[in-house]
Amino acid sequence: MSIFAVTAIAILVSVAMALGRAILGPTSYDRILAVNAIGTKTVLLIAVLGFMNGRPDFLDLALVYSLMNFIGTLAVLKYFKFGTLRGGLSRSRRGEN
Amino acid sequence: MDLLLDIGTWILLLAACIFLLITGLGMLRLPDLYTRIHAGGMADTLATFLVCLGLALQSGLTLTTIKLLFIVAFVFFTSPTSTYALAQASFVAGLKPKLDGFNKTAQNKEEDDGKVPD
Amino acid sequence: MRIVGLILVLLAVWLLLSGIYTPLIIGFGIASCILVALIVRRMDVLDHEGLPIQLGLGIIPYWGWLFIEIFKANIDVAKCILFPKKYLQPSLFSCKITQKSDLGKVIYANSITLTPGTVTVDLHEDTVLVHALTKLAADGVKSGDMDQRVTDVMGEA
Repeated sequence: MSIFAVTAIAILVSVAMALGRAILGPTSYDRILAVNAIGTKTVLLIAVLGFMNGRPDFLDLALVYSLMNFIGTLAVLKYFKFGTLRGGLSRSRRGEN
Repeated sequence: MDLLLDIGTWILLLAACIFLLITGLGMLRLPDLYTRIHAGGMADTLATFLVCLGLALQSGLTLTTIKLLFIVAFVFFTSPTSTYALAQASFVAGLKPKLDGFNKTAQNKEEDDGKVPD
Repeated sequence: MRIVGLILVLLAVWLLLSGIYTPLIIGFGIASCILVALIVRRMDVLDHEGLPIQLGLGIIPYWGWLFIEIFKANIDVAKCILFPKKYLQPSLFSCKITQKSDLGKVIYANSITLTPGTVTVDLHEDTVLVHALTKLAADGVKSGDMDQRVTDVMGEA
């Protein structure tokens, strides 16, 4: 068994634990935290799986996933805080109405 | 030389595995949201770095290593921002952190209760 | 000046990620970098915060120091998770910060959050509200060492 398989299994177990928190989580914020953690671990999982199959091109997917994870978390949090995704938080505040 | 690199990868990835499992354990057993955030931060920082360093030892000095470096940089730049957004949103929503086992003096209690942002 | 820097940074990232070096593809890369730079200029988001080249190389030793801190903090948090009864001592406290500019404040707050064991919960004018997992982590922020280093990097007294 290669080290990559061991790491992949460890990441999957860790994802399962975070998923347990997403199911148990008393508040919605616990669930967002769990989703964010699962996203980070998915990035690692994609990278490790790419090396395991001898296809390091998978790293491009991991790169994009790490950025998408960030945007996704912020979008969900903004929706929770303001109840809408409309309007900007930019400096100019032009989009706010 | 190859054997040495393989051993290095083994050690780094196994250390990353241990940290990832501790992170998962912390997610399940710590008492409230704010303490769980710390557990999540561990996977975002050292575990990511160790996994990418371990993989970089396997790929050698190629563009793949640069991509791994980019992954580490992106995660290190984005993860504190989203963590801050999460902690701030839950604090504004009125979720109080549990401060069990912390000896509350009068001054600390004032600091804890006072600062509620608008 | 800053737009030239942006084009150079974009070009470097593009060359490192692409991996295919034929004249046609490189031409497409240069064209897309210039297009992105033009869009960024039109959006007017390129300033000392969008591309902080004024920080210079002084930030690299700070990153090295920060990484060592992250390593130590990770061990601390791991101990705390494994033996919560002994080490778990969560606390919430506010701290003064000495940075003047918004960028410096953000760098400091993000450094606190990036170090496991301490999380920035709120950032007001010149106070930062920190949640710490253990006593060691709380003392680390209260000592103001990191604050001093960020201020030095920013070049603000």
